[in-house]
Amino acid sequence: MAKQRAVTDILRQYHPVPDRFDELGSMGSGPKSHWRPLLKQLNLESVDSLNLRSQAVANAIAEDGVTYNVYEDPRGDSRPWEVDLLPLVLGADEWQWLSKAVAQRAELLDRVLADLYGDQSLLKEGLMPPALVYGQAGFQWPCQGIQPAGGRFLHLYALDLARAPDGGWWVMADRTQAPSGAGYALQNRLVISRAFPAPFHNLPVTNLSEFFQGFQNSLAGMSPAGTESPLCVLLTPGRFNETYFEHVFLARYLGLPLVEGQDLTVRDDTVYLKTLQGLRRVHAIYRRLDDGFCDPLELRADSVLGIPGLLGAVRAGKVLMANALGSGVLESAALFGFLPEISKKLLGSPLAMPSVASWWCGEKPALDYVIEHLDELVIKPAFASMRMEPVFGYQVKGEERDALIKKMHAHPHAFVGQELVHLSQAPVWKGERDQPLATRSIGLRLFAAATPSGWRVMPGGLTRVAMDEGVEVISMQRGGLSKDTWVQARYTGPSTSLIKKRLQVSDLLDGERDTPSRVGENLFWMGRHSERAECTARLLRAAFNRLSGHDQASEEALLGLQQAAEQFGTLPEAEEDAVPEPLPEALLKAVSDLKFPGSVASILQALLFNASQVRDRLSSDNWHTLNRVGKPLSPAPATPDQSIRALNLVLLDCVSLAGFAMDDITRDASWVFLVIGRRLERLANLCTLICVPLFSDRFSRHAMLEWLLEVANSEVTYRTRYRRTPELLGVLHTLVMDASNPHSVMFQLRQLQKDLPEMGRKTGQLFPPDLGEALQRLQAVDLHPFERKRPDKACEALAELLCDIRSEVYRVSDEIQRQCFIHTRYSDRPVKPD
Amino acid sequence: MTFVRYHVRHETLYQYDQVVGESHHLLRLTPRALPWQRNLEHHLAIAPEPSVRRSFLDCFGNRITKIHFTADHEYLEIVSEFWVELRNRPKPSASAANVPWETVRDRLRYRADRKFPPDHLQATAFRFVSTNVPIDSQYAAYAREAFLPGRPLVEAADALMRMIHRDFSFDATATETFTPVEQAFKARRGVCQDFSHIMIACLRSVGLAARYMSGYILTHPPEGKERLVGADATHAWVAVFVPDFGWLELDPTNALRPDLEHITLGWGRDFSDITPMRGVLLGGGEHEPEIAVTVVPEEEFASLYADGETYLEELSPE
Repeated sequence: MAKQRAVTDILRQYHPVPDRFDELGSMGSGPKSHWRPLLKQLNLESVDSLNLRSQAVANAIAEDGVTYNVYEDPRGDSRPWEVDLLPLVLGADEWQWLSKAVAQRAELLDRVLADLYGDQSLLKEGLMPPALVYGQAGFQWPCQGIQPAGGRFLHLYALDLARAPDGGWWVMADRTQAPSGAGYALQNRLVISRAFPAPFHNLPVTNLSEFFQGFQNSLAGMSPAGTESPLCVLLTPGRFNETYFEHVFLARYLGLPLVEGQDLTVRDDTVYLKTLQGLRRVHAIYRRLDDGFCDPLELRADSVLGIPGLLGAVRAGKVLMANALGSGVLESAALFGFLPEISKKLLGSPLAMPSVASWWCGEKPALDYVIEHLDELVIKPAFASMRMEPVFGYQVKGEERDALIKKMHAHPHAFVGQELVHLSQAPVWKGERDQPLATRSIGLRLFAAATPSGWRVMPGGLTRVAMDEGVEVISMQRGGLSKDTWVQARYTGPSTSLIKKRLQVSDLLDGERDTPSRVGENLFWMGRHSERAECTARLLRAAFNRLSGHDQASEEALLGLQQAAEQFGTLPEAEEDAVPEPLPEALLKAVSDLKFPGSVASILQALLFNASQVRDRLSSDNWHTLNRVGKPLSPAPATPDQSIRALNLVLLDCVSLAGFAMDDITRDASWVFLVIGRRLERLANLCTLICVPLFSDRFSRHAMLEWLLEVANSEVTYRTRYRRTPELLGVLHTLVMDASNPHSVMFQLRQLQKDLPEMGRKTGQLFPPDLGEALQRLQAVDLHPFERKRPDKACEALAELLCDIRSEVYRVSDEIQRQCFIHTRYSDRPVKPD
Repeated sequence: MTFVRYHVRHETLYQYDQVVGESHHLLRLTPRALPWQRNLEHHLAIAPEPSVRRSFLDCFGNRITKIHFTADHEYLEIVSEFWVELRNRPKPSASAANVPWETVRDRLRYRADRKFPPDHLQATAFRFVSTNVPIDSQYAAYAREAFLPGRPLVEAADALMRMIHRDFSFDATATETFTPVEQAFKARRGVCQDFSHIMIACLRSVGLAARYMSGYILTHPPEGKERLVGADATHAWVAVFVPDFGWLELDPTNALRPDLEHITLGWGRDFSDITPMRGVLLGGGEHEPEIAVTVVPEEEFASLYADGETYLEELSPE
C-alpha cells in the first residue's frame, strides 16, 4: 500500500525562492494567517485525493467549454483554459489598501481621459508630453470634444500588478480600453470554490457577484435611457477573438445580448439592435472591440467589425460606451513617469500605488539613461498599438544591441525602459508525490467598475502564473496558467451567493425577444445555399452520367443540361467569339473550383460560412455533417467517374442536412427563416429547370424529361405513379401541379403561403411578403392542352408563368432581407433619369 | 486691397453595380472661412435625397456634411458649388522669416521644465506620424540638402518645396489614392497628394510641424484654348508651422506659395483626415466615381456656363 503523504509534510518541502516575496509566507514566520483555512484543508487530504480535485477542476473547465484562443497555436482557435488548483489568497487588511489604491488610479485615469479629449490642460501645463497623445495611434482624433453619455470615460478598468521582493505592489500596466479577464476570474471562482467549499466559507472569501451586479446596474443606470427600459449589449469582435469565450460567458452572466458590429445599426444618431422582431434602441454598449475598429465611417475605414455612424450617436450622447471610444490612449507605459504629478494636479493627492520605474525615451536625459543602463532594464513599446515584444536589455548583445540602440535614437518617443521587477512567488499544484508543490512567479490583474457612488473594485481578480519555474514574464498570449484569487472578507456574516449558475426563465424570454437579425439571415442563407448545393450537385451528376452517350437523344439531353447549368451559374455562360471550354473540363471546374462562385465547392463553402455564424444553434451532428459535406471535393476529382462518386457522397450529406433542417432545430423565430430559405431556393430552381424543356422544341424537349425528373429528385414519384417512360404531361403534373410532391412548384408555393404568415407572426410584421397571386395563377393552370401532340403554345404560357413565379421568389427573398435583416426600405424613388 | 472671386463646381457621381440598401457618407466639401478667404455662397446638391443629413465641425474645424441613406439606391450624385472670394495671404515678417529651423524644431520639443505657448502646442499635433505620413531617416536625409545648419525655416522650406518640384515628375498613372508614400518617394513620381505627403514626411522627419491642405487650384488652359467644364481636379498642398507667424503654405506640385489661385477646403494631418468624400456602403459591388471639378474666375463664369446649368447664379455686383 502506497504511503499516503499528508500535506503538512509537503509544506515542509515547499521551498520559497530566495530574494523574492513569497505570497504564502516567509521561511522564518511561516504561512500567513489568511492562508490557514486553505492549508488546513490541504493538511486533511492526501496528494492522491488532491489530484482528484485537480482533475475535477480540469474536467469542469472542459465541460464548461472554457477556452482561450491563441493565434498561431497548433491547437487552433480553442485552447483550453488552465486553472491551478490552489488559489492566491489575499488578507483583508492588505485588500483594503489595495482596493483603495486601485480605485484612486481608476478615478485618476478617468479624469486624464476627460482632460485629453477635452481642454487638454495637462498638455498646456506641460504635465504630459504631446507625443504621448498625438504621437501614438491610440489617440482617436475624431473623439475630441465629445462629452460621454453618463459623464464618465472609464467604466471598467483593469490593471496588472506585480509584487516586489519588499512586499510592495507595483503597477505594471493599465487596461483602459476593453479589459479582458474579469469573466475568466469569475469562471475560475465558480470552479475553485467548488473544489474547496470548506476553506472558502471558513476564510471567508468575499463574493464576486456584487461587483458584477454593480457594474451591470451602473451601465443601465448611467445610460441615456430616460424613461425607456435600458437595453445594454455586449459588443464582441466575434469568435476569432482570443477571449471570445469570455464574451459569451459574461453576456450570459450579465444577461446582455451578445452582438457583433453588424447586429447594430445607427439611425438618426441613435443605435439600434437589428432583431428579427424589428429595430430595438440600444442605450449602452459594453464593448470588447478596440477603439479604432468601432466605426468604419469616422475611425478605421478598413474595419469590418464596427458600426458605421457609431461616433455620431456617441457625439449626440445617445449611447453610453463602456469604455468611451478613445480610452485606449492610456494603455501606455510611457505615461507612468508623469502620473505622480498629474495625480497631484487632478486629484490633489499623491498617487497611492507606484508604477514600475519607467523611463520614456522621448526625453533626451531618459533616453541616455536607458541606453547606459540597458542591462538592468526591459525595453518596451511606449504604446499598446505598437506590435513589439518586450526586449530584456541583458539578453541583447553585439549587432542586435546596436540595432536596438539605433532604433531608439531614430524613434525615441516610441520606447520605454522599465526596471526589471522580481515577481512574487506563489505555490502551484504539481501533484507529484515527492514534490506536490512548485513555486511560480505570479502577476495579479485587478478590475474596477464605475458606479454612481464611486469606484467598486472586484474583490478578487485574475492571478496569472508564469509558465515555468524561474520565468519572470507572464503572457496569456503565449498560453499560461491562472489562479482564482481569494480575498478575505473583513466581516464574517452570512454571505449569499448571487451567482446565477444556470439560465433563468427571464434569460430565455430575453433571448427570444432579441434574436439578432444576423441569426435569421444566416439561417436563411444556410437554407438557400444547402438547397442550391443539392440541386447543383444533382444537375452535374446527371450531366456526367450522360457524357459518354453518343446517340442524338443523349446529345439533346446533354445540351439541355448545359443550358440549365448556364442559367444556374454553374457553368460560365458562353461568351461570344470565345472558344468555349470543352464540356468535360468545364463540368469538372463546376464541381470543385473554388475560384468559380457557381461551383458546388464554392456554394458549400458559403454554406459553411453561414453555418459557422450560427454554430451555437446547431446540434453537434448537424455541425459535423456541415463540416463533412464538402470534403469529397478536396482534392478535386479529376475524372467524370471520380466526380460522380464525390457528388454521390455530397448528395448523401445534403439529404442529411435537409433532415436536420426539418427535424433537428428548435422552431423558434429564426428557424422559420431556414425553412423559408430552403423553400424559396427550391422553388426558384424548379422553375429554372422546368423552363429549359418548355422553351425547347418538341424533339429536344422529349429528350430532356428524363434528366428533369432526375435533377428534380422526382424519378421515383413519377415511376411509381405512371410506370412508363417520361411523358410531358405526366412530368409536368409531377413537378408543377402535384400538391403532394415536395419537389413540385405547387407544394412549395402552398407551404410558403403557410410559412410566410408564420414568419410574420413570429417577427411582428403586419404585412409579411406574400405569394398569393402566384399561387392563384398556378392553381388556374389547365393541363388539358398538354394532351395534344404539339402543345407548344401551352408550353410557352406555362414557362412564362414559371418565370414570373421565379421573379416573385426573388422579390420575396429581397423583401425578407430588407425587412427582417437589414431593416431598410425599398426605394420608392425612380431610378436616376438620364 | 485686391481680391479675386471664383466659382467652383465639384461633381461626383457614383453608379453602383449592385443596389445599395444602406450607406453613410462624410462630405468635406465646404470651403473654410479664413482671413483671406470668404465663402460667399455654397450649394450642396445631393441626389437621391438622403434619409438624414447633418452638419458639424471636425476636430480640425473643417465642416463635415454627414448623410445617411436607409432606402435602396443605385447611384449617388453630389454637386458642390460655391462662390469664394480670395485676398492676398499674409506673409511672414522679416524677423519670423529669419528664425533658424533648428530653433523652431527645439521649441516644438517637449521639455518637462517648460510650457508650450498655445500656438506651439497646437502645432505639435502635426509633428508626428499619421495614417499616410511616416517619419523616417530617409526623408530627413533627403531634406538635409534644404535644411542646412542655421538656415531660416522659411527659406529652407521654400528650398525643400523647389527640390521636390525639381526631383519628382508629375505622373497621374504612377500612384493611386492609397499608394504608400514610400513608393512614390522611391519612384520619384506621383501627383499633388504624393508630393504633399512626401514634403510633410520630410518636414516632420526633421522635427517640424506640417499640415496637409486640401482644396482647389485655378488652372490655366493651354495658350489659345478655351476653359472647359470639368477639366480641373481637387488639389493638395502643404503648410508648415512658423513661430510668430502661423502656417506658411507651400505647393510642391507647382513650386510656389499659394496666394490668389488656391482655394482652401480644409486641412488635416494628411489625406485621410480630409478626404473630400468617405463612405460606408451595404452592397454596391465595384464602383469608381466619376468626378468633375471646374474652377472659373468670376469674369469667365457667364461665358463658360452660357447654358445656365449651374445651381448658383452669377454674383450680383456689390
